[in-house]
Amino acid sequence: MSDLSQASQAAHIEEAHATTTGISHNKLLMWAFLASDCMFFGSLIMTFMVYRGKAAGGPRPQDIWDIPYTSVSAAVLLLSSLAIVLALTYLQRGNERAFRIWLVATAGLGLLFLGGQYYEFTTFYHEGLTLHSSLFGTTFFVLTGFHGTHVGIGVIWLLSLAWMSKRGKIPAIRAEMPEIVALYWHFVDIVWIIIFAVVYLIPYKP
Amino acid sequence: MAQVTTTQQGAQYRRSTIWEWITTVDHKKIGILYLFTSLFFFLIGGILAMLIRTQLIVPDNTFLGPATYNEVFTMHGTIMIFLAVMPLNAAFFNFLVPLQIGARDVAFPRLNAFSYWAFLFGGLLILSSFLFGAAPNAGWFGYANLTTLTYSPGLNVDFWIFGLQILGIASVASALNFFVTIINMRAPGMRMMRMPVFTWMTLVTSVLLMLAIPSLTIGLVELTFDRYFGTLFFEPSAGASVVLWQHLFWIFGHPEVYIMVLPPFGMISEILPTFSRKPLFGYPFVVYSGIAIGFLSFGVWAHHMFAVGLGPVANSVFATTTMLIAIPTGVKIFNWLGTLWGGSIVIKTPLLFAAGFIGMFTIGGISGVMHASVPVDYWQTDSYFVVAHFHYVLFGGSLMAILGGIYYWYPKMFGRMLNDKLGQIHFWTVLIAFNMTFFPMHFLGIDGMPRRIYTYPDGMGWNFWNKEESIGAYILGLSMLLFAYNFIKSLRSGEIAPADPWDARTLEWSIPSPPPAYNFAVVPTVTSRDEFWEMKYGSNEQSTAQKTNLNPTAEDERHIHLPPPSYYPLVAAGGLLAMGAGMVMHGDGMAVSWYIFGAGILVLTFGLFGWSFEPNH
Repeated sequence: MSDLSQASQAAHIEEAHATTTGISHNKLLMWAFLASDCMFFGSLIMTFMVYRGKAAGGPRPQDIWDIPYTSVSAAVLLLSSLAIVLALTYLQRGNERAFRIWLVATAGLGLLFLGGQYYEFTTFYHEGLTLHSSLFGTTFFVLTGFHGTHVGIGVIWLLSLAWMSKRGKIPAIRAEMPEIVALYWHFVDIVWIIIFAVVYLIPYKP
Repeated sequence: MAQVTTTQQGAQYRRSTIWEWITTVDHKKIGILYLFTSLFFFLIGGILAMLIRTQLIVPDNTFLGPATYNEVFTMHGTIMIFLAVMPLNAAFFNFLVPLQIGARDVAFPRLNAFSYWAFLFGGLLILSSFLFGAAPNAGWFGYANLTTLTYSPGLNVDFWIFGLQILGIASVASALNFFVTIINMRAPGMRMMRMPVFTWMTLVTSVLLMLAIPSLTIGLVELTFDRYFGTLFFEPSAGASVVLWQHLFWIFGHPEVYIMVLPPFGMISEILPTFSRKPLFGYPFVVYSGIAIGFLSFGVWAHHMFAVGLGPVANSVFATTTMLIAIPTGVKIFNWLGTLWGGSIVIKTPLLFAAGFIGMFTIGGISGVMHASVPVDYWQTDSYFVVAHFHYVLFGGSLMAILGGIYYWYPKMFGRMLNDKLGQIHFWTVLIAFNMTFFPMHFLGIDGMPRRIYTYPDGMGWNFWNKEESIGAYILGLSMLLFAYNFIKSLRSGEIAPADPWDARTLEWSIPSPPPAYNFAVVPTVTSRDEFWEMKYGSNEQSTAQKTNLNPTAEDERHIHLPPPSYYPLVAAGGLLAMGAGMVMHGDGMAVSWYIFGAGILVLTFGLFGWSFEPNH
């Protein structure tokens, strides 16, 4: 089946599936999922807060933090939100090549963030902070690791999208998919702002 | 009818019946799969209940012994909640919601199939623990740190954790699906305040599920890390809180109660108007009360923890919110009574179960308000009084309504009627035996008999009621066998059901029984609440769309596009099962476990990608 006929068929299906609210099923699904995901993160953040500062048995947070380093890493992740906005803008203007470039750039910034997290984790590990050194270690690694997993899934999704675009499948069948991925990506970034504040920035009792 | 669509896609091929059910994405078939699977699990849960009552029939009994007893009551609770009542509700969501809102399927048919398979596999994973002599034994609530490796070294808790994780994924996926379906797939004119109350309650339940399950999931993740990777979430010696798990669990666990009872509220709100032959009394009150209950359900969890020692302020706040939630619930009860009041009542089995529900649920509600009071709760907590309470709301409430729902919608599902005479005998025996079994538990509880003990000594004054309760339970079991007989026999030889056997009010009755694959040959345009009743008796003549839907011709079917069948949902759910099984094996120290876990991830990823790139959905 040629791309063109696939496209027209997709358009036909799209027409037949006009929704009650005008928002597509996929986008509404993503919004609902993000609401649910808030509760996943919320439960983990609550656990972190309950145990905040309980570092007996290992290094204390204020001893191992490198706030400038983590700030740069956070800035990298936030910049990726800008990159995906640019990607969407180019897609809307019909410049699919620039769309792909910025999509890959977004994924690249995500990977850079993950690399930074890997470096941070190993550094902390060598300074004695492990999953079982203290409640601080336990909650820190599981919370930030859970967020890192979200970033990782996002990177895979972004790269799949870029690959699909390269094969010319995006405009026809899933014109809205980049927008939905962007929703997810922005959410993951916003969660990092909260985690960064709750975990790193709010001072610990000496 | 399915052949029509495959022909249309130019790929006519014959599939065996089994393959058809395995690859189905039809919400009605998935609903029926849910129904049969959860009735099977319900049977197992019921057998466990019989074992419990047999152990307790006389004092100092040695029939089960303490270790087995722990497994039996844990599995009874886990099965009845996660594998019977929740999926029985899901069976109705699946079968009914698209029909009630005038849609041809759910928003994500393959996600729906995935939810079912994940539910089945999660259930089987938990049940398989019996084969290894390691059934979960820490209660359905699994309090950590009793469930950490120190105190629960065996595989029992591992089966429980990973079974529940898979079931949780199934539930969230299904909740997201029905949320989108109800918001986004209503037929023209089907405004929110015209929706049938069952659909409304499904919507509220879906929101509760997607916001409540995460708390359990994260609790289980933390427990997994403690058990598998040596973290300290629930390790008091490292300064961990011993009530953290209780908070996480009950933030899920209390909304869960309403997840189990709101859909039955919806069923009752469908059955009563039909058999009273008048509209639901105060529809907006019923709907808004349902929403209020859903909202408040997130603010009452600590009433499960009054005796923990959270302090007077926390206890007072949660006592107040708990009493508040009785208001919208009470409103609904009066609405149902008001619906019956002055109606031309037709006594049929569904109506009897609905009426039984109102009575039994009210008793359970009243005992619930009793232990909303903190001092009273101190007395009643962990006693048989609580067991009486939650069986009144979950058996006398939820299950009673679900049985009514089965009698009511069976004709729509299978095109045949259940035998009404047997149904009425079933109802009366259930009602009597249920009260024989559970009402005396109030007395025993107030008299101080603790729950979860495997036996009790002679001379406590508990002998008589325990024996009487066990006899009641056996009658209840026999009565359920009668239901099973009726259910199975009617599948083959029940009276053929017309499209609208009860003279009902909502859209699902406007199409043939059982409905064709595409549900509505012509999507109806809705002009009022109780649309089908208006079509039949309102000022408007029955519409042409309505007539077409009852007798669709081949020409009507020709342009209907239905999603093609897919096996990817099954593959993806199979990946989840392998991941869960791999983790359990790792708990047993098997070297191969990580490979199985890894293979599970690959299979899941393959399933998801295959599903995403499958054409034409």
